[in-house]
Amino acid sequence: MLKKILTVDDSRTMREMLRHTLSGAGFEVVTAEDGADGIEKLRESQPDVVITDINMPVMDGFEFIEKVRKSEEYNRVPILVLTTESAPEKKQRAQSAGATGWIVKPFDPEKLTRAVNRVMP
Amino acid sequence: MSLDDIKETFFAECADQMAELETGLHEIQSSGPDIDTVNAVFRAVHSIKGGAGAFGFAALVSFAHVFENALDVIRNDLNQVNEDRMDLLLRSVDVLSDVIEAERTGSEPDDTSGLANDLETAFGLAEAAEDADDGDDALADFAPVMIDLADLGVAGTPAGGSFHISFAPHASLYLKGHDPLRFFRELADLGTLSVTCDTTDLPKLSELSPDESYLKWQIDLETESAREDIEAIFDWVDGECALSIEETGAPAADDGASLDAFLQSLDESDGGIADIDDFGRDPEMEPADAANPVADLIGSLEAADIGAPARQVEEQADAGNSDDGSEDAGARAGKKEVKKASQTIRVESEKVDRLINLMGELVINQAMLAERIGQAGFGNASPAALALVELQNLTREIQSGVMAIRAQPVKPVFMRMSRIIREVCSATGKKAMLELEGEHTEVDTTVIEGLIDPLTHMIRNAVDHGIEDPEKRQAKGKPTHGTVKLSAYHSSGRIVIEIKDDGAGINRERVLSKAIEKGIVARDAKLSDDDIDNLIFAPGFSTAETITDVSGRGVGMDVVRQSIQALGGRVNISSEPGHGSLFSMSLPLTLAVLDGMIVKEAGQTLVLPVSAVLETATLKPGDVYTIGKNNRVVKMRNQLIPIIDVGRQLGFADKRTDFTKGTIMVVEGGKNGMGAFLVDSIEGQQQVVIKSLESNYKRVPSIAAATILGNGQIALILDCDHIVSHQASDPDTAVIQSMAG
Repeated sequence: MLKKILTVDDSRTMREMLRHTLSGAGFEVVTAEDGADGIEKLRESQPDVVITDINMPVMDGFEFIEKVRKSEEYNRVPILVLTTESAPEKKQRAQSAGATGWIVKPFDPEKLTRAVNRVMP
Repeated sequence: MSLDDIKETFFAECADQMAELETGLHEIQSSGPDIDTVNAVFRAVHSIKGGAGAFGFAALVSFAHVFENALDVIRNDLNQVNEDRMDLLLRSVDVLSDVIEAERTGSEPDDTSGLANDLETAFGLAEAAEDADDGDDALADFAPVMIDLADLGVAGTPAGGSFHISFAPHASLYLKGHDPLRFFRELADLGTLSVTCDTTDLPKLSELSPDESYLKWQIDLETESAREDIEAIFDWVDGECALSIEETGAPAADDGASLDAFLQSLDESDGGIADIDDFGRDPEMEPADAANPVADLIGSLEAADIGAPARQVEEQADAGNSDDGSEDAGARAGKKEVKKASQTIRVESEKVDRLINLMGELVINQAMLAERIGQAGFGNASPAALALVELQNLTREIQSGVMAIRAQPVKPVFMRMSRIIREVCSATGKKAMLELEGEHTEVDTTVIEGLIDPLTHMIRNAVDHGIEDPEKRQAKGKPTHGTVKLSAYHSSGRIVIEIKDDGAGINRERVLSKAIEKGIVARDAKLSDDDIDNLIFAPGFSTAETITDVSGRGVGMDVVRQSIQALGGRVNISSEPGHGSLFSMSLPLTLAVLDGMIVKEAGQTLVLPVSAVLETATLKPGDVYTIGKNNRVVKMRNQLIPIIDVGRQLGFADKRTDFTKGTIMVVEGGKNGMGAFLVDSIEGQQQVVIKSLESNYKRVPSIAAATILGNGQIALILDCDHIVSHQASDPDTAVIQSMAG
């Protein structure tokens, strides 16, 4: 069975880019538009790895990660943060929210795939 | 989906983001900053930057970056908004949109460094810019992590040696989805690995807590990689574990040790309590569960002990529910989501166009059916006729449904105008604000597209010629900022768009003298104020020498009028000297179907838009008066209305001799007043599908379009405005002939 990745990003372009890259790398891809949508999709699709943006409407990435980590079911899923923000304090916040790793946009397809494989259970 | 498709998505999304950005800033300008709007605005720029980075649009990224930083200042402190900064931000919107356009078309973007510098100065970003450099450093700082990863396979520099690594994960490491095994795997890729698991802290089973971390590892690594490569592997768990990496220099003691050995050791350490194989997984193939050996262990014990995995599931379900229910944010998010579900889908406009075409065919077909039913001699109360009525009602509903799909709010076009105003203001040194009203009014997309150019020109005109200089305004006791109000509303099946400025109004004396000078009106012509105002639409009125840089661009108001008329619309001006002018245009809601009045004239079937017909009457001998030699008028409701002999005017009928027979239709012809169209008879009223003639015949004066009637006959739809405004001139006998040719 294909490994499943949930990508959470409010930008349609980024969602399509991620889908393009990751499905090209042999993953099944589920997309969500914001944190709240992400929680929903997480329940529905039970992904192996989650990739999330930080700056999103409705529910941002920090809140999303915290929620996932608080849940009983999916708290151990690896979560990669994919963001344009490179400020150390943002990284710090993502990490303390419970992020597994982070990648700075724009992403190189190969690096992204490698980062995903790095945390893939 | 190819990358090119995604690029297209990106530019489509950019357009959405730009609209969001412009709306947001406008809102901030008019009603002060609120955090949600500021966040939305920030996000829009942020998204554009993110996508631009993905495609390597460097110019776009760099400008969006500065823009974003400026917005960040406001995001962090709403009190940072002031008028100058708002002006800069609004200018940045324009520049950003230009850069996007340049990237889209692949042309060289204009230099944005000037505005970027202004932004940096105004928002105190000089320091932040350095920070941003730091940020880039951080990015560079970060990037090597990824590059190192890339290097892993290549097995790097001859910088290596022997390392002793002591690795003690904190509980938090597991909570963040990390798996210690992955670190070992990556280390094993660097060289020869020996791992020992330290289980001394492992408590008795009864005291074991699933939330604690008990295992520690001692690792010996012999590698050719540098220390940084090893550190990079642990980069993501900085602070989540106690980690020490010591260079021992000497070769590792246990040469034969390998990952396998480690796995074995791990197995052994767990072996006594629970076997990973119990989970039915091969530890080597699926080492995942080793990530949380303790938690998994407890899980399996609980399951075995209580034998109630079902209960566990229940608990989880409950936890999920309370998660959403108890937390405000969750509830809020949930609500928003519900709202989002009913939002929008994206459909290619081609598909909608096809639907509209089919809709047109359906209307024609229905008309044919009606004709057949009539011919078959069914009475009005017959089941067939009643079924037809049902069908007609349904068709109408489907039609308005289909039209609603294409209907778009005029807002995006209106928002564009704020940019036009800013441009004109900066070119002329005037100050003006755009005020919107009814921007959510919807109209067919084709109408919207056709609206952009005339509206742009009229807005330019309003600021350039209407609004006075700030000093002059002050002297007159007006606020220094002029206001241009753009409003839209629906009125009897049409959309009305008004542009109202509080400027000087039309200088009638100057307009009149110029019109006389250009020979547009006779020197001795007696014109009402309204007539004079409308002279600005006269062909040849605006010429290069009277147009400033701004309003210029080689287009006069007559072209504006023409393009509005091409959309089936009309435009009017009324002006109050000293207080401003009001341009008002009225356009059909759709360009696909209209309610038509079917008339017969000299053997031809013609269609008039019902919306243009004010009233109809049968001509009585006493109503007709002759003025001058040949001009006939009809007196209706105490008003004299010129009679237009339609057949003669269009050149397909001989001059009518008997003006006492026939039917008069009083038609409204925009500002040109009214005309009493004289035809032989009225046949009926029905919906007709508009079929454009322009692609085959070019633009035919006096004819708006054609249609197909129920009996399959083709009928011409009259351009009432044109006919009324050209009634005085010689009938254009060429019309019908040219069409026959």
